Amino acid sequence: MVEFALPRNSKIGQGKTVPAPAGAKRPKRFQVYRWNPDDKKNPVVDTFEIDLATCGPMVLDALIKIKNEVDATVTFRRSCREGVCGSCAMNIDGTNTLACTKAIEDVKGDVKIYPLPHMPVVKDLVPDLTNFYAQYASVQPWLQADTPNPTRERLQSRGDRAKLDGLWECILCASCSTSCPSYWWNSDRYLGPAALLQAYRFIVDSRDEYTGERLDYLEDPFRLYRCHTIMNCAQTCPKGLNPAKAIAETKKLIQQRR
Amino acid sequence: MAAYSVTEHYYDVVVVGAGGAGLRACVGLAQKGLKTACLTKVFPTRSHTVAAQGGISAALGNMGEDDWRWHMYDTVKGADWLGDQDAIEYMCREGIPAIIELEHYGVPFSRTEGGKIYQRAFGGMTTRFGEGTAQRTCAAADRTGHAILHALYQQSLKHKAEFFIEYFVLDLIMDDEGACVGVVAWCLDDGSLHVFRAHQTVLATGGYGRAYFSCTSAHTCTGDGNAMVLRAGFPLQDMEFVQFHPTGIYGAGVLITEGVRGEGGYLVNAKGERFMERYAPHAKDLASRDVVSRSMTVEIREGRGCGEHKDHIFLHLDHLDPKIIAERLPGITESAKIFAGVDVTREPVPVLPTVHYNMGGIPTNYHGEAIAPTKDNSDAILRGVMAAGEAACVSVHGANRLGSNSLLDLVVFGRAVANRAAEIVEAGASHRSTPKVSLDKALARLDHFRHAKGRLPTAQIRLNMQKVMQNNCAVFRTGAVLEEGRKLIEDVRQSMSEIGVSDRSLIWNSDLLETLELDNLMAQAIVTVAAAVDRKESRGAHAREDFPDRDDKNWMKHSLTWIDDKGHVTMDYRPVHNYTMTNEVEYVAPKARVY
Repeated sequence: MVEFALPRNSKIGQGKTVPAPAGAKRPKRFQVYRWNPDDKKNPVVDTFEIDLATCGPMVLDALIKIKNEVDATVTFRRSCREGVCGSCAMNIDGTNTLACTKAIEDVKGDVKIYPLPHMPVVKDLVPDLTNFYAQYASVQPWLQADTPNPTRERLQSRGDRAKLDGLWECILCASCSTSCPSYWWNSDRYLGPAALLQAYRFIVDSRDEYTGERLDYLEDPFRLYRCHTIMNCAQTCPKGLNPAKAIAETKKLIQQRR
Repeated sequence: MAAYSVTEHYYDVVVVGAGGAGLRACVGLAQKGLKTACLTKVFPTRSHTVAAQGGISAALGNMGEDDWRWHMYDTVKGADWLGDQDAIEYMCREGIPAIIELEHYGVPFSRTEGGKIYQRAFGGMTTRFGEGTAQRTCAAADRTGHAILHALYQQSLKHKAEFFIEYFVLDLIMDDEGACVGVVAWCLDDGSLHVFRAHQTVLATGGYGRAYFSCTSAHTCTGDGNAMVLRAGFPLQDMEFVQFHPTGIYGAGVLITEGVRGEGGYLVNAKGERFMERYAPHAKDLASRDVVSRSMTVEIREGRGCGEHKDHIFLHLDHLDPKIIAERLPGITESAKIFAGVDVTREPVPVLPTVHYNMGGIPTNYHGEAIAPTKDNSDAILRGVMAAGEAACVSVHGANRLGSNSLLDLVVFGRAVANRAAEIVEAGASHRSTPKVSLDKALARLDHFRHAKGRLPTAQIRLNMQKVMQNNCAVFRTGAVLEEGRKLIEDVRQSMSEIGVSDRSLIWNSDLLETLELDNLMAQAIVTVAAAVDRKESRGAHAREDFPDRDDKNWMKHSLTWIDDKGHVTMDYRPVHNYTMTNEVEYVAPKARVY
């Protein structure tokens, strides 16, 4: 009989617990996923108790406080701290989001922090996004047109420009793609919501003349059609975008041209 | 020191940094057929250009009459006559085709009824040499930086630019003749070390806002390229000029665009007074940033600040049509909600002047070639180094940058760098052997910090530095406070000998990374204070209460600062270019700066 078991190194152990300093006014526990590529050990979850009375309001503030004051080896990406660069996407309290715009007070109980799901982990909360970026590049996310550029800007009506709203604001944080079960199983061939959202951004741009070629590329059982409208992408997007809708619109366009 | 194995790569040009300037340079270099590597410590679309909100200026004239000469006049005046007018002419003239090019790249600019690029009013931007208000700032809602940065990354994908992502550049490699022959870099992903040889190294590493405690800048804005130039023994220029943006969100420091005031928003004090009418009767809330930041600071100082502690100012946009807010200012609507808990359609946003931009940096000419002044030639070129964007001091912003001129600076001079490199670099030319002394020095510095076992964590020293800069080198300055700052920052520098790093790994060791960044920040903080102590006049962002007037006779000159490895600063000066590039425009002679 075949025995099914998770690989040995996928089991997450319990790590250390660091209590809040004596006299903490508003202690809160943060459980942080840790994995160090240098030792061959399994990942663990460390627990850090932080005094919210001396901490900023966001989960990123707590992570930075942990790194600054408790354990400098805690590793995560961060940059803009205002929700526009997409560096600090991670799984917080069971949802993929940006640590910098996720308020600590919105989390009931302990704050559980994991890397984006189902991605190879480089270290602690840092996932390897190489495949995600390659999929983005594969949809040729740049304007394509054969009509020579005019000497001034191309004209675009306000109505046509409005079609891009809700698409071009994507910050490539990968929260959506890594929340999608279909992407978890088939990320080698399914492009995932983020890349498909950007594919659609160019399909509907009135200035782009390669709609047909773009649809040809997407018309594939895996690249596009692994979207089963689970809608996790729209649910989780920290910028309030709706990749599932863009995917549905793309499917409609393919249907219409048949 | 542990032995480090280093992989060598050979390129025509290496670009350090993948923000607006770095990416625009990469696109141009790829188009010109030069073998180019772009090294960046963050994925390109995470660069801080992404956070630019209000727009990018150019005299397109889509919203009414405009002329690049008026734009040039405004920039010269905004710069308080410390800008080089040949470079300013170049930027304002070339800005027009540079922005048309961005539109052709696919930037989703907002549009006018006629389908042209939408342009909004911004501080200091006028028509007819100060007479009217210009609508010159091209916008993609209030996420213009995001729109431009993503489009430039997309273009670099199109042109198959070679990226080395999450590579942190440690230092320049200099040969024994004082020319730069490439860089040493550390790959965070696998901990490997690399030498990138290049005939030109383009530093597009941005500003060093994180030297201060409260700034709009990202955590990654640590001015790494500036620090590399200092370590190589070359000077930075005009480092005393640090711009405070009038409207950072109180507490969080997150930026609220000047475009809010461009769209009709205004500032009030605790008495509900539109106080800018007193300080800048003509331009009011759209005076240039240094003027508005000083006015706000005076209001707070004189007891008219808002809130329980009377320590901030209110920015109103609740009188604007909610439809306009939703269409043109969606980004700051979200930021104000998240970081100030404010619904901008109903209540004012609490704001405070916040460190935002460094006018100073690596001196360059308008081709983007770095300058290493000699006794006989104040414009002598630092061979092998180019710079663009906030890292560079061309100088187009002089003593104070106008809002929406920085995105323009990025694309115009990113493009200029590519054009120049194509002229001076021979594609595929061979490289001489890598100078070992310079490489060993960079590796020794890495090794030193990696194994540092002192009692002071990096974060502690960084906080100490940031507090000194915030307290002693702020909006208003006096000799005594600056002198005290000089002593305090020297104490902080000395405490670097007691620094301790806890992570010893080379793979994604962000403890070590932050330590190297702190070391970079420290050198810049020191020269900033030294230059501020030195400049005994008030000009643009440098406001000395003990020397309240501009002194063109003694101080219409760029400052230059060198620092040695003991922290000693040497000062010198370079003349401001008081001539234009062509005869299409006249030199703007200095006069009193009133708004």
